[in-house]
Amino acid sequence: MRKYLTAAIVLLLGRGHARRTPRVLPTAPPNPGAEAAAVALLFLAALLGVGFIVVYAVSSLPDQTQLLGAALGLSLLSIAGALIIVGKKLVVTEELVEPYPPDEHPGEQELVVELVEESGERITRRRLFKLGVGAAGGTLGLAALTPALSFGPLFQTKYFRGTPWRKGRRLVDEGSRPYRASDIEENDFYTAFPEGSTLQSREDLGAPIVLVRLPKSRLRLPPELAGYAADGIVAYSKICTHAGCAISMYRAPLFQPDEPRPALVCPCHYSTFDPADGGSVLFGPAGRRLPMLPLAIDAKGYLRAKGTFDDQVGPTWWGTHIWRPTP
Amino acid sequence: MIRRAVRYLDTRTGTTPIVRKTLRYLFPDHWSFLLGEIALYAFIVLVATGIYLTFFFVDSTREVVYHGPYVPLQGQHMSEAYRSVLNISMTVRAGLLIRQTHHWAANVFIAAIILHLFRVFFTGAYRKPRGLIYVIGVTMLMLTLLEAYLGYSLVDDLLSGMGLVIGYSVGLSIPFVGANVMSWLFHGPFPGQSTLWPRMYIAHVLIFPVLIGTLLTVHVLLVAMRHHTQFRQTATETERTVRGVPAYPGQAPRSIGLMFATAGVLFLLGGLVQINPIWLWGPFHTYVSTNGAQPDWYLGWLIGALRLVPSFDLVIGKYTLVPNPFWGGVAFPLVVFGFLYLWPAIERKITGDTAFHNLVERPRDNPLRTALGIGIVTWVLLVFIAGSSDRVYVWLNVSYTSQIDIYRVLVFVIPLLAAAIAHRVCEELVAGEKVERDERAAEAEARLART
Repeated sequence: MRKYLTAAIVLLLGRGHARRTPRVLPTAPPNPGAEAAAVALLFLAALLGVGFIVVYAVSSLPDQTQLLGAALGLSLLSIAGALIIVGKKLVVTEELVEPYPPDEHPGEQELVVELVEESGERITRRRLFKLGVGAAGGTLGLAALTPALSFGPLFQTKYFRGTPWRKGRRLVDEGSRPYRASDIEENDFYTAFPEGSTLQSREDLGAPIVLVRLPKSRLRLPPELAGYAADGIVAYSKICTHAGCAISMYRAPLFQPDEPRPALVCPCHYSTFDPADGGSVLFGPAGRRLPMLPLAIDAKGYLRAKGTFDDQVGPTWWGTHIWRPTP
Repeated sequence: MIRRAVRYLDTRTGTTPIVRKTLRYLFPDHWSFLLGEIALYAFIVLVATGIYLTFFFVDSTREVVYHGPYVPLQGQHMSEAYRSVLNISMTVRAGLLIRQTHHWAANVFIAAIILHLFRVFFTGAYRKPRGLIYVIGVTMLMLTLLEAYLGYSLVDDLLSGMGLVIGYSVGLSIPFVGANVMSWLFHGPFPGQSTLWPRMYIAHVLIFPVLIGTLLTVHVLLVAMRHHTQFRQTATETERTVRGVPAYPGQAPRSIGLMFATAGVLFLLGGLVQINPIWLWGPFHTYVSTNGAQPDWYLGWLIGALRLVPSFDLVIGKYTLVPNPFWGGVAFPLVVFGFLYLWPAIERKITGDTAFHNLVERPRDNPLRTALGIGIVTWVLLVFIAGSSDRVYVWLNVSYTSQIDIYRVLVFVIPLLAAAIAHRVCEELVAGEKVERDERAAEAEARLART
């Protein structure tokens, strides 16, 4: 009975545009509940969209970011909800089966191969021709890449070994005030730069150093670094030799359970260095010790560099051990 | 109305046959097939929010003094780039929402790609004829990690600068050419010249997005050309037929709904859940660093690896062959990505299976692959967890050095163990199924005998 009724209605309505093909989709009854929910969600999305604009326009609102995010996010989620209702309840979900596309097309493959082969038949000196194509393409490709060399220097080792430290330079703090030896106290940690450095040049990896004071009895500097300490004060490059981060922790006097003695630590990968024996690696991934800066105390009590670092500053690279640092 | 629109398009483009085929394209249905879609939609959100951010970001490291509304940083020297991101976060209306949504979208994008990769790997969906699709996918993952790292670095806050110098050092550690390449890329040694920021910026907003977008398009088109894989649903199902819901009208509302849902969740996160509060870290200077710094999660495996490697540089005479960061920062990801790239070929060699496959396997159906995958995932995950040892020290006061010492052993032992367990579980599951099948067959026989 119902089928006949539907057919009658379809016929009645379909009179105007004569339908040539049968229906594409199977029929299914309407679902008023789902429809109402989807429409409600769409209007909710619209309302929240308006809400977003209002919140944006009113500058005095507290928590504006949160409200904006909530309005926009919920609006988008409402649309998502409406669409999912449409997909699950309001449109016909068919499960269809069809063949996968063919794995390959041998005939077509053959045609393409023949086409390419035959197209080159009139060329007699193939090898020479290929050589010409290769030469032209290769050199032009290289030529196109060449300007990229302007990016930066490919080989300038002085970049990596240069430091602003030289004999006689005073050590200054972040406010450019020179350090006196008496400013440096035990169990504390100081950052210093060469006197006269600008804000810009302090960013160079060779510039910043750490200063710590140890009881003279605890210093165990190796012979080649003898004389680098001044009155128990030692100075090391502040840049970790592992991955270039700043050494910004000083574990002193003790750090249980990890360290039985004062240690300089980089927070990136926890390379740990011993300030008492020339900056050797106590723990962590760093492959070499911290470069040490020789210190002196002048007649007025100011700290001065006695030269530059004993080793290259910064993260290790292939030439680290080949060249000495230069001022 | 619809007829007129269709006619308009057809008479001008002649594409109606293609449109009709596209509308009836079949999508096999399984929840895990949506992971890739989520990645796609997160990418759309990334592009949309990213375009917005470009209008306010300044790609310059010129030294400026901050005079904005955020009191703790007033009077501080910082780069113009960092100041512009502070402005996006503090003064540009809706700027913080967009910035945080961008950051969340990046995190979700990568997470979705990795879950999608797991699905593809553990079901063998990468097998012929979808090898190229898989290779493009793995390449996109790699590009995405670099792209995210660039975006993180551009901000020029303290954490981003620490990340950048680590990346620089890892580059420096490449044998023979590292220092030359990095000096070329950075325009001199770290922190480079004023040319560096525009360089990173154009890479982040143009070069990488275009590369990823192009590969993404090819990836999706190739999936469509080959049709999606599917799980076996009936015992008699063959490799030859695809069963699924057509794009229109069945699949389209679901998929577009998922797009809106993804965007909605990302904007909710961006508005309600703080991410990378860059004003707290302050500007970067090479001589400053902070303790307890952790990168975004997708780089956690690399920081873990950098931290786990014991202290040594490989030096021959005076020539440093391999500086330490190479192992954790270059060799480790190379092994992981090398495995991902080469595995399909290796599997073909081992099994001799060069046939075309449209039916994917369940992980249990291929114990060797599953065990190997679980082993590698466990390995990377352990290294990742090792990277958070400093946090564990703060929370539980377990000695950091002993944690690292233990992990140095565990990262080699546990993955083997996990692989062995996975292999066993797969075999047991399959054996269990056989028992069930036999029981059912016996029951059926008994029933038959009774009647």
